[in-house]
Amino acid sequence: MAKNGKASSNSKAAHWVGKKLKRKEDPRLIQGISHYTDDLKMAGMVYCVLVRSPHAHAEIKAIRTDAARALPGVVAVFTGEDTSAVGPVPCAMQMPDLKVPRHPVLGTGRVRYLGEPVAAIVAEDIYTASDAAELVEVDYEPLPVVTDMEKALSSDTAYVHDQFKSNQAFTHTLKGGDIETAFKKADKVVSQRMINQRLAPIAMEPRAVLAEYLPGENRLTVWSSTQIPHLLKTQISVMVGLPETAVRVITPEVGGGFGSKLNVYGEEGIVPWLSMKLSRPVKWNEGRRENFLATIHGRDTINDVELALKKDGTILGLRARILADLGAYHQLLTPLIPQLTALMHAGCYKIPAIRIDIVGVFTNKMSTDAYRGAGRPEATYNVERIMDIGAHELGMDPVAFRQKNLPQPKEFPFTTITGLTYDSAKYQEALNKALKLAGYDALRKRQKAGLKNGKYYGVGVSTYVEICAIGPSAATPAGGWESGTVRIEPTGKVTLLTGASPHGQGEETTFAQLIADELGIDPGDVNVIHGDTLAVPYGIGTFGSRGTAVGGTAAFMATQKLKAKMSALAAHLLGCKAADITIGRGRLSAKGGKKSISFGELVMAAYTAHSIPAGFEPGLEATHFFEPPNFTFPFGTHIASVEVDAETGEVKIDKYVGVDDCGNVINPLIVDGQIHGGIAQGMGQAMWEELIYNEDGQLITGSFMDYVIPKAHFFPEFTLDRTVTPSPVNPMGVKGVGEAGTIASTPCMVNAVCDALSSLGVRHIDMPLKPERVWKAITSAQSGGMEPLPPELSSRAKRNSSEKASKSSTRRRP
Amino acid sequence: MKKNVTIKVNGADRRAAVEPRLLLVHFLREVAGLTGTHVGCETSLCGACTVLLDGRAVKSCTVLAVQADGRKVTTVEGLADGDKLHPIQEGFWEEHGLQCGFCTPGMIMCSHDLLEHHPNPSDSEIRAGINGNLCRCTGYQHIVAAVRNASKKMSKRATARAGAR
Repeated sequence: MAKNGKASSNSKAAHWVGKKLKRKEDPRLIQGISHYTDDLKMAGMVYCVLVRSPHAHAEIKAIRTDAARALPGVVAVFTGEDTSAVGPVPCAMQMPDLKVPRHPVLGTGRVRYLGEPVAAIVAEDIYTASDAAELVEVDYEPLPVVTDMEKALSSDTAYVHDQFKSNQAFTHTLKGGDIETAFKKADKVVSQRMINQRLAPIAMEPRAVLAEYLPGENRLTVWSSTQIPHLLKTQISVMVGLPETAVRVITPEVGGGFGSKLNVYGEEGIVPWLSMKLSRPVKWNEGRRENFLATIHGRDTINDVELALKKDGTILGLRARILADLGAYHQLLTPLIPQLTALMHAGCYKIPAIRIDIVGVFTNKMSTDAYRGAGRPEATYNVERIMDIGAHELGMDPVAFRQKNLPQPKEFPFTTITGLTYDSAKYQEALNKALKLAGYDALRKRQKAGLKNGKYYGVGVSTYVEICAIGPSAATPAGGWESGTVRIEPTGKVTLLTGASPHGQGEETTFAQLIADELGIDPGDVNVIHGDTLAVPYGIGTFGSRGTAVGGTAAFMATQKLKAKMSALAAHLLGCKAADITIGRGRLSAKGGKKSISFGELVMAAYTAHSIPAGFEPGLEATHFFEPPNFTFPFGTHIASVEVDAETGEVKIDKYVGVDDCGNVINPLIVDGQIHGGIAQGMGQAMWEELIYNEDGQLITGSFMDYVIPKAHFFPEFTLDRTVTPSPVNPMGVKGVGEAGTIASTPCMVNAVCDALSSLGVRHIDMPLKPERVWKAITSAQSGGMEPLPPELSSRAKRNSSEKASKSSTRRRP
Repeated sequence: MKKNVTIKVNGADRRAAVEPRLLLVHFLREVAGLTGTHVGCETSLCGACTVLLDGRAVKSCTVLAVQADGRKVTTVEGLADGDKLHPIQEGFWEEHGLQCGFCTPGMIMCSHDLLEHHPNPSDSEIRAGINGNLCRCTGYQHIVAAVRNASKKMSKRATARAGAR
């Protein structure tokens, strides 16, 4: 086993940081002997099922629960009137003029989105609870439904919340430089409307909540599949009206989150309240259909983007107007996400003037909120697409165009016109590496040759920068620091308590590696504890590519405090100065190496405290709350090569290359895994995924039959490489990597497909690039911009237009 | 209404009186107490609940417990031989074939079926072989590597066994 990276007992030559260590998490997961929330069972436990609205917008006239209550095995049934004291579901954002509607845990009086819960059933088993849910009768009076963002802002619209007399939730403007002059002076202005479609995060583990209230002790324990146990604890105490000291939140294994569990949900108020009401443990487990309906969605923006250019390809300015569909209510960070989009519109380019105007819109849909990348993929998509369109309109190669506008390494730290300071980067190095790895010139040659044979090859490039390690507290709604407590136990084993509660990122391994190197011990001797608010000092959580860069740094800094303490004790015992002590290879040694003490002896001496220097506190435990001085800005270049069948619109992805720079790398295996997964999700948005509500507010892609989660055979093998530009923002020089792939790959894929079809006159296709959509774009471009026929006539249309397309492509051939 | 069933789970008989509508996955999780088999969609589309029924991979959310009466079920908990991991489990560990771990038991059981019938699959055969199982974390690349790793190990061990005979 040792050869495969499991920590060996001899750590003499060990420098664990940078090694592909197998994960410490895995043995329990690959044997199925660990526990996710729904795996937990308690004596006397009852099961909760929620009755959800089949309407997107309706008045609740009456709810009859008698039949449900009468079913044997049903313990209780509650409606919104019963739970009016619970909640509301919190929104962490505070900004002037933000309209914040009250968000009840159970819909009361009115429902405003499909799947809004209206009643909670509690029964002795899950089958009975489900049966009882069928017996609840609700009289709804349907109301006009608001689904279209643009119509929602028009004068003759219905309102999602009558009291506001408007569906506009907020406006936000971010600007820098003289945008009017930039566009006046431009030789060329390109503009494009781009739709960033609504997505479902789809963690493979649906949400689950188990609550146990002990009335005698007045103690509530809640197990929840969340990314933010501490923030959740605080919010639960507010929602159910218990002192925060009475509430404990535990996150057992969490089966993925992707931002969807960076939230506080109504169920996290209802289930604890039920347990308090019934004095029994209550468990609720989200079904997949509920997960589609009532777990936050991502993206859903309409973007009108304009770029002002000089003839030689120099960018003068970028302007965008963005409509963001917020859904019916604010979840925890709903209004923040579009503002993160605004923030990243400088991309990795020198843009002297930027103006972004955002309007947040209420609609009768589930809330949007943080989904992997959370606002930044939308920005990168806008920027990278408009760069390609700009290059194309100027007749420049998209790579040459980008190269012209990238800041040079010596210009870092680089401050954008909207005020962000990018920490460190060598954009050119990553770009050149990716070009080489992809064989860019050969791909271009193949493309040219292909056109002569009626083959449509395309190359997509995306040079991205992202904002990570979220973040300085001043820039976040609920604090952007993280906590770490390192305790060396009397036997020399090390416990790390981290506030960065992970859900698949492998922090138990990564953090053990970095602590092992600092203390000169074996990673196998470092046990990482997370996700229990009673054990772990207050923390923030894992999201925004912050786990290692902020949480890891907190652990690192706490370890430094311990090292100083250990050095002081070692100096006392060895009769030298603390500054002369080195720690490594299981020993603490005085300068010269003649006198030393073993790690174990020193630790024991700190606990027995028989001989300690004056003022030395016995024990070895240190806590650090790390406040990052800035965000970090990982970057890289992704390149995709595709072939499009112009007759069917089908896209074949034949190559995908990613060169990413996330600063120093602690575990390359884990970093690669993060990038693979990110690329798959970003590609999922570009090619297949789409949540569609019809005009009645019904979710018509609300299952795995209709919403395409990509499968293994959809993807080519990704080719990865990296450059390493350490971040100066934290002492480990790490930047964060969780969202990079998602941010880079979406525009990369769309650039590739549009590039393949540019010779046919296709300028832009909105995502997802399903064959039908690609085919329509080709057909429309070929018929001079006319809308293609509706889908029901598609077979006839296809016949006609493929004749037309073939004629026209014949004409276009050189 | 309840019906008595006896299902051999990981080599041990489990007897219970169950409702005819009880799903096999709920039998495994609630009756047998084996929670390694996960429920990811309840519609047989995600594969998180994949187990072996008489040696073939099935999605246990679309099999009734009564249909498994008198038959053998193997779950992820039944793969390791005491402390000795199954080569597929080793493959997933060594190649970082999992992140959150939720799809992993199903992915491993599905791979078991694949390797049983195609001991030396190509990468594209692996991708096709696991196409009934969704993973949202890994982008599948390390899963493919994990199955490839396991396939090599299993072939090597089979050769060694044949040689010993």
